[in-house]
Amino acid sequence: MTKIFIISAIGSAVLLVVIVMLTLRRRIREQYALIWLAMGVLILIFSLFRGLLDLVARLAGIYYAPSLLIVLSVFLGMVLGIHFTVVLSRLTDSNKKLAQEVGLLKNRLERLERSRSPEEAAPAGPGA
Amino acid sequence: MSRPRGLVIIRARNEAETIGAVIRELKQKDPSDILVINDASVDETEEHVRRSGVPIVTLPINLGIGGAVQTGFRYSVENRYDLAVQVDGDGQHDPSYIEDLVRPILEDRADVVIGSRFLRKGGFRSSFHRRMGIRGLQALGRCLTGQTITDSTSGFRAYNSRAVAFLADNCAVDFPEPEAIIAMLKRGFRILEVPVVMRSRKAGTSSISGWQSIYFLYKVVVAMIIEAFRSPHD
Repeated sequence: MTKIFIISAIGSAVLLVVIVMLTLRRRIREQYALIWLAMGVLILIFSLFRGLLDLVARLAGIYYAPSLLIVLSVFLGMVLGIHFTVVLSRLTDSNKKLAQEVGLLKNRLERLERSRSPEEAAPAGPGA
Repeated sequence: MSRPRGLVIIRARNEAETIGAVIRELKQKDPSDILVINDASVDETEEHVRRSGVPIVTLPINLGIGGAVQTGFRYSVENRYDLAVQVDGDGQHDPSYIEDLVRPILEDRADVVIGSRFLRKGGFRSSFHRRMGIRGLQALGRCLTGQTITDSTSGFRAYNSRAVAFLADNCAVDFPEPEAIIAMLKRGFRILEVPVVMRSRKAGTSSISGWQSIYFLYKVVVAMIIEAFRSPHD
């Protein structure tokens, strides 16, 4: 019965250490470390303080308190997943915009270069 | 007022076999400027386009039809074109129809004109399954907007500068066509269809095939419904 608490305490402690180490080595940006740290700390608190877990479990109508840990982990995992999808979508958009911008700039550069070397001047784009 | 300036936007991804012929035919049949958006092709598409002397924008990474055509819209805005025509790089779209597509825009009867395969019989009308899918999208579109668009997946279209400016800023990434129509209808753009006859593609495969068509249908249906519920101010 108390095994699960030891396991989840050790698990969340290891998670926290890994996150902190990755952040120190700049493998994770602080911005994204925040949500992981909050999650690790929350699970750690619940594993260390049985009374708190029992109380919350009772309030939530869960008879077997340790299963609250599992529910909590699953829920937080989903929150993380949604958060990453939001970040990913934003990245996809900015990536697209950058690619378009690079393509258009390269085209403009070519036109400029062509207009500077008149012997190669070909009827290219408008305004060239 | 001087003659309106038109830009024909060709999106090409690995169309080395056809792009040269497509450009030649366009030059022959239509006086508009041409722009090729090379969507990160890995074959000789770029060389073929450069040989033809047509301006080209090469994207460093593959953006799909939506992102690529949007690049063309941004080019069109930057260079102040009065209207833009979107044509596929695979030779499916006969440039002789560009005149029909552009006419309603010049007469200010529409902001977007779609070349539809289904308004008149004849030509390449794609496979049975795909036609059923298009029919389904048509019904869904009618439910969501009240307007019937018979060929919402057609990529043969003309836009006036107002529509181009709108699409230069917002356009879905993957297969933009059916959702874009809903987004535009909701914002009060006038969309008109004119009959065109399409040819079967000269080379390459459709951008949508096999399992992808199921993904495409799923994605488009979800995107259309979301678009219908989205506030026009977003």
